[in-house]
Amino acid sequence: MARSQTRKPFKWAPVFDHTILILGALFMLVPVVLAFVTSSHSAVQIAREGIMFVPGSHLGENYSKAMFEKGGFTATIDGMVMLKNSLILGLGFALGKIIISMLAAYALVYFRLRFATFAFWIIFTTLLLPLEVRILPSYEAIQRLDLANTYTGLIVPLIASATGTFFFRQFFRSVPEELAEAARIDGAGPVKFFIDILVPLSQTMIAAIFIIMFVFGWNQYLWPTLITTDEGLFTLVRGIKQIYQTMIDANSIPEYGQALALAIIAMLPPVLIVIFFQSWFVKGLTESDK
Amino acid sequence: MAQVTLNGVGKTYPNGFEAVKPSSFDIADGEFVVLVGPSGCGKSTLLRMVAGLEDITAGSLNIGDREVNDVDPADRDVAMVFQNYALYPHMTVRKNIGYGLKNRGTSAAEIEAKVQDAAKMLDLSALLDRKPSQLSGGQRQRVAMGRAVVRDPALFLFDEPLSNLDAKLRNQMRIEIKALQRRLGVTSIYVTHDQVEAMTMADRIIVLNGGEIEQIGTPAEIYHNPASKFVASFMGAPPMNLIDAQLENGEIRMNGSTVLTAPSDQAYAGPVTMGIRPEDVVIDEAGSTPFTIEIVEELGAHRLLHGRLAGHAFTVHVGKESLANAGEVRLQIKPDAIRLFQPETGKAI
Ligand SMILES: Nc1ncnc2c1ncn2[C@@H]1O[C@H](COP(=O)(O)OP(=O)(O)O)[C@@H](O)[C@H]1O
Ligand SMILES: [Mg+2]
Repeated sequence: MARSQTRKPFKWAPVFDHTILILGALFMLVPVVLAFVTSSHSAVQIAREGIMFVPGSHLGENYSKAMFEKGGFTATIDGMVMLKNSLILGLGFALGKIIISMLAAYALVYFRLRFATFAFWIIFTTLLLPLEVRILPSYEAIQRLDLANTYTGLIVPLIASATGTFFFRQFFRSVPEELAEAARIDGAGPVKFFIDILVPLSQTMIAAIFIIMFVFGWNQYLWPTLITTDEGLFTLVRGIKQIYQTMIDANSIPEYGQALALAIIAMLPPVLIVIFFQSWFVKGLTESDK
Repeated sequence: MAQVTLNGVGKTYPNGFEAVKPSSFDIADGEFVVLVGPSGCGKSTLLRMVAGLEDITAGSLNIGDREVNDVDPADRDVAMVFQNYALYPHMTVRKNIGYGLKNRGTSAAEIEAKVQDAAKMLDLSALLDRKPSQLSGGQRQRVAMGRAVVRDPALFLFDEPLSNLDAKLRNQMRIEIKALQRRLGVTSIYVTHDQVEAMTMADRIIVLNGGEIEQIGTPAEIYHNPASKFVASFMGAPPMNLIDAQLENGEIRMNGSTVLTAPSDQAYAGPVTMGIRPEDVVIDEAGSTPFTIEIVEELGAHRLLHGRLAGHAFTVHVGKESLANAGEVRLQIKPDAIRLFQPETGKAI
């Protein structure tokens, strides 16, 4: 009986799939691992030998210096302050975009505006004009408003979001009209309907957009560089650059180890956000209330 | 509780389409009125105007003594049950039912008490902490009812509330809704395209067609004395048999030969459409009208005999004791079983 079984033919497809997946994973992970390993060596050694493949002995020192030693020209800013600034930027950016675009989409979908569709397309075409295109006028405006070197000036010009408005608009349009009508009869005005019904229904959308926008905001480089000259407002992403910049300017060996340590730390919050919200996001999708 | 008065109420949509022609009727306090008609005839539009969800573009609407044309839906003291129930998906049954009260500033304790009462009435007590996604269709329907009942409104509005249920549940809910309305005595307007629902539930039926009222009457009036060919064919299953014929000297001629005696006192002469309910004829050896049975539809309690009468499609409804085989039989058609309509206008003569 045992012999009668024919051998299953060997399947190449899974091998092929997995090879691609493993290569992809390595492609993404190896640089991170190398950065981490290298960040455990002293600046001198890195300057001499380049990227390191075995862990060194300066791990704790590099990280604690990167985070807690005041640096920069003015020696007023350490990694913790930069981490805080980055968090403020990331959160302000993501939340600001969500709030603004939800309100815009709400107006477009639920109110009988005469030019709603036209307004929507105007908003939509601004996708063609990212911040980089309007960076000079934006800078000028913020400067005149005396908002340079403030969190407000850093965040507000970035929060208008055609993408967010588009996604929320599409989502709101998929919400049955009767829900709004039932709420109207139940005595919920526009504000109550928005807060009591629409926002809870949008949870998954909000989570998804929050992930994308937080990471996007966290990684902002050009605008913060332009608008914040005060070192107390530097973000991590800028701080990494700043570490060698000051050293090179001072004609000493750049603190490669510390810069890499900072780079590793700068990667953590977005990763954590994605991990945290993803489980939430998937839960929202599978427990669909429809 | 309140009476409702429509005075020339009509609706022209912004695109120029007149969905409801100016209509006038009164609904008495506590009455259960069913708006019935084919899909697209303007039933929902009319109901939504009463609810305040759609602007009234002609005429005036009174609920109680108050003209409510420009009153917000929340302030009209109406509750509405939607076809898809429109339950708030993220709220528990308890919150769904209590939401309207909460928005009106009712105290938490009072909301809880009222929600409990409504839940008990609708057999939902065990389900109060579930979300709509965890309920069956029938249970969702009950929650939608609960949301309407709990506010103790002057007027219930139903827009095809049973269309999403299976046939068995629909029959059951039909009775429950009717019983509940009787018990609470709340004036109700119920929209449906299902003539069975209309017949069984209504105190009075309003038949709509193409945005116009065809007839208003009790189920019996509508059934026995349809005001038009449309009503005759729409109400009743199987529908009334309609046959084009010629009326002269108190005789109705079909295809020249077959002759029936017309209902008495007919001054009219000329072409007519004759209507005969399938159950108003009897198979009788001595009958004067030949009928060819082609298909027998066995329905348990009764049978439907489909065939030809003077060349026209014709259906006869007989009891289960009545024998039925394909072939020739003779029918006895009494004059008072015959309704006559004008062929062009469709109006009853
Ligand atoms: N917003 C609208 N604009 C234009 N026409 C509409 C609108 N809503 C409904 N209609 C039309 O009005 C007619 C009646 O619609 P409705 O009252 O929903 O019919 P039903 O009797 O099936 O409930 C339909 O022909 C429909 O196409
Ligand atoms: Mg409808």
